[in-house]
Amino acid sequence: MGKQYETVIGLEVHVELATKTKIFCGCSTEFGGAPNTHTCPVCTGMPGSLPVLNKQVVEYALAVGLATNCSINQYCKFDRKNYFYPDNPQNYQISQLYLPICHDGWVEIETATGKKKIGIHEIHMEEDAGKLVHDEWEDCSLVDYNRSGVPLIEIVSEPDMRSADEVIAYLEKLRLIIQYLGASDCKLQEGSMRADVNLSVREMGVMEFGTRTEMKNLNSFKAIARAIEGERTRQIELLEDGRKVIQETRRWDDNKESSHAMRSKEDAKDYRYFPDPDLVPIKISDAWIAQIKGKQPELQTEKLSRYQTEYQLPRYDAEILTSSKHLADVFEEAVKLSQQPKEVSNWLMTDTMRLLKERGEEPEDLSFDPANLAKLIELVDKKIINRTVAREVFAEIFENNVDPAQFVEEKGLKVVSDEGALRDVIEEILAKNPQSVADYKAGKQKAMGFVVGQTMRAMKGKADPAVVNELVKTMLENA
Amino acid sequence: MSILELTAMELGRKIKKREIGVVEATEAALAQIKTLETELNCYVTVDEEGARRQAAKVQDKIDGGMLTGPLAGVPMAVKDNICLEGRPTTCSSKILKNFVPAYTAEAVEKLIQAGAVILGKTNMDEFAMGSTTETSAFGETKNPWNLAHVPGGSSGGSCAAVASGECFYALGSDTGGSIRQPSSFCGVTGIKPTYGTVSRYGLIAYGSSLDQIGPVARSVADCAAILEVIASYDKKDSTSIRREDCDFTSALTADVSGLRIGIPRDYLGEGLDEEVKTAVLAAARELQDKGAIVEEFDLSLVEYAIPAYYVIASAEASSNLSRFDGVKYGYRSPNYEGLHDMYKKSRSEGLGAEVKRRIMLGSFVLSSGYYDAYYLKALRTKALIKQAFDKAFKQYDVILGPTAPSTAPRLGESLKDPLKMYLGDIYTIAVNLAGLPGMTVPCGRDSSGLPIGLQLIGDCFKEKNIIRAGYAYECGRKYEMPKLAKKAAKQEVR
Amino acid sequence: MANAISDEMIEYVGILAKLELSEEEKEAAKKDMGRMLDYIDKLNELDTSGVEPMSHIFPVNNVFREDVVTNGDDRENILGNAPRQKDGAFQVPKTVE
Repeated sequence: MGKQYETVIGLEVHVELATKTKIFCGCSTEFGGAPNTHTCPVCTGMPGSLPVLNKQVVEYALAVGLATNCSINQYCKFDRKNYFYPDNPQNYQISQLYLPICHDGWVEIETATGKKKIGIHEIHMEEDAGKLVHDEWEDCSLVDYNRSGVPLIEIVSEPDMRSADEVIAYLEKLRLIIQYLGASDCKLQEGSMRADVNLSVREMGVMEFGTRTEMKNLNSFKAIARAIEGERTRQIELLEDGRKVIQETRRWDDNKESSHAMRSKEDAKDYRYFPDPDLVPIKISDAWIAQIKGKQPELQTEKLSRYQTEYQLPRYDAEILTSSKHLADVFEEAVKLSQQPKEVSNWLMTDTMRLLKERGEEPEDLSFDPANLAKLIELVDKKIINRTVAREVFAEIFENNVDPAQFVEEKGLKVVSDEGALRDVIEEILAKNPQSVADYKAGKQKAMGFVVGQTMRAMKGKADPAVVNELVKTMLENA
Repeated sequence: MSILELTAMELGRKIKKREIGVVEATEAALAQIKTLETELNCYVTVDEEGARRQAAKVQDKIDGGMLTGPLAGVPMAVKDNICLEGRPTTCSSKILKNFVPAYTAEAVEKLIQAGAVILGKTNMDEFAMGSTTETSAFGETKNPWNLAHVPGGSSGGSCAAVASGECFYALGSDTGGSIRQPSSFCGVTGIKPTYGTVSRYGLIAYGSSLDQIGPVARSVADCAAILEVIASYDKKDSTSIRREDCDFTSALTADVSGLRIGIPRDYLGEGLDEEVKTAVLAAARELQDKGAIVEEFDLSLVEYAIPAYYVIASAEASSNLSRFDGVKYGYRSPNYEGLHDMYKKSRSEGLGAEVKRRIMLGSFVLSSGYYDAYYLKALRTKALIKQAFDKAFKQYDVILGPTAPSTAPRLGESLKDPLKMYLGDIYTIAVNLAGLPGMTVPCGRDSSGLPIGLQLIGDCFKEKNIIRAGYAYECGRKYEMPKLAKKAAKQEVR
Repeated sequence: MANAISDEMIEYVGILAKLELSEEEKEAAKKDMGRMLDYIDKLNELDTSGVEPMSHIFPVNNVFREDVVTNGDDRENILGNAPRQKDGAFQVPKTVE
């Protein structure tokens, strides 16, 4: 005990871009689909096939690079990375090594320890591999090339992170930016965002980096955090023991909460990169860059401050509302129509988030028309329905995108404020509950609550609670 | 004279005039194939049924006025590294013996649209790696001029088939001379166009930055007409070039007055056969007599083209051939234990010695620690070679020289000494490195009767210059078939 | 021979290229590669300092396609030459993670 160790972490993040087609052919990138039904000679490496670059991939890569403060390599190329594996149909992956499209950028993160800039070493475009599924029956593997050729960008960070918190903050920041640009939906669980962690340790104060290992198969933020902790411990133990950390790739098993080395004698890890002769270089003009910059939507940081100043929302609320571009879009649209930012904010932050959580869904999955939310707010405002009913109606809007005015009409949910009808109901309740009357007269306020509750029940929630309260009080007094 | 001695254009004209039918021409070629194939082995696959059906269809279309081009109805052959839907495309390799593509190469598609009748797929050096067609997994092809000699390579099957009347023209591919050298050895005409002129989609890649598909035929006019059909901008090929000047037949004039022709002194030195030198210089004098301005000059860097080529071509090939792994198509070894063993056994059993040699060399020159010294060095050399040609083409319209330093060697000699074999590519290889168009035209025979070839090289996109020079030289010379082929050909021309 | 190729080198290249050579083939390969590299060393005679490596001959850039789906389900053809297939996928020996 005694030595203090610092963890040094760098990340390689692969992001599946949201293009309609693959990077080098016109096959669909749609998820699902029976094996090998989204394939063609190009993405299955048939002899004589040739790649042709999807322009949208370049545009997304540029957008991400610009939004992360990168310099753009205005002359860049594709290189072949050669290695044998069945999910790689040509046994080479088309990637970028020598001249990646973006380099030397940064993102700012904020953790409990404060704000920090995390450097981005480079961003490059490459193609995804197919999927391997193990067949237990026949002890073999089955290859599906639907995913082969789906466009990826790989974001390589500088080794600037020092803790799992910083890593998570970095990933969330990246995800936010990329989602805002519409470049990808960045879902770790679905594989549209994948992170490999490079980690080494060194004694505090030492300048040199220790030997680093690479960890793969990290499918959730929790797994990433556990893996970082586990690897840090493992490396420190080795060093304390007088042994060396071996540079290797390790596979994290989140169930066992441990990793093992992915050693293979069959793989020399010598990728023999060389410029792909089947593709021509990309020249990115200043005009093109300006065009992409111009298309950049307001990013999260800007929205965050704008929501606080323009709508006077508390920071906490603004953070939640801007945590997803889609959610922010819904918010802004509903505010535009209703002119009630606080109301909209409440609905989105409470009922909406609750319903999403119940269904295990993400804000991206929201499918109701913000106009319906605006209408709902108007109905409440005009006291046509009460809050209790409003929550019911909102659930329908969330689920089925109903027009609230129509729905209220159909289901007869309008507030009943007809005093006469209410009096009749209250009288009946009072008659049935003489004890409550007695209790109230004896000074027990709770008895009034009971009567109000019973009245609301009898009215199936459609009475205006304020009116009911007044009436019950009056009638109890006079009972 | 037999139908089979007609050039493709001559046959095309007769078909148009209804003097010969498409089916008749096809049957004549098929009969020739039947007679000569056991001897020559030009074809890997002969598609009799397919050819007959296609011939009938094409005749219908001609009769209906739907096919009017100069090559409509002319039976031809396709080198077996060029994909043809529904028919085996093997690259003369065991590893693709039963591979049947579901797509057709763009260049072949264009010919089919122009009314070609495809007789079959021709033999080649395995994966186009070789200069003699002896590395084919399906037996060597023999030179129809002398059965004890090679036809050249790697498009040996295509050239021997054209020379012997087993087809009227053929498609070959050229990465380091694979159309020009065998054309020269077989006494026929062949063109490698400017890089990017003919789509590479459907051509099974060897050296991607060097490969081009081109025509092999019995006259310059034939080659120009075929090239005009297959040259096209193809958006399926990112290296395809948009060209507005593909009317190559417009260059078929015999007028070479003022054409500046340069002969590199570096080509005429040691290693060049005397008889070849004499024939080539005689050809140059003929062009001079016709008004061309001919002089010798120093090209330089000639001896560096071969090592640069072999580094680049092997490197690209080592990567291009990685896909042949027994997973998705082709040969899979029947006995293996585990994935990597399957890879190793399938490839080692399915690929021939020369291919393995080049894959290993290619993997080596790209490997960690050697990439700069070999691969980048070769790419820098390539840049210098291009500069040397650029300089030369400021002074000359055409560069003239021999296609090969000798006539066809004997069978069985070349593979003993691979390095020596590689040196035979000395005149053709630089042309691929610089992406230039090159054509070979027969210019005589040596004392043993073997054909000699004259190579004409043009600046990038200047096929018309070499076509003009070739046409002017060829003027009056009629293609004559080797005896063996003449004997086999029976039909009379009406 | 200036470039003596060792057994290790041949084995290494064999792993890279997934080729398995017999003992005789290895010997022949060592010799061939050595001779080839000796010949390729000729390039060192050439002064290429300051020359950019030329990977593409023509200054053509930016060849793109639009992000439009043009291919459908071609599975039958794609699997048509598969040495072994199962349930619409290519079958290979078990890949160990």
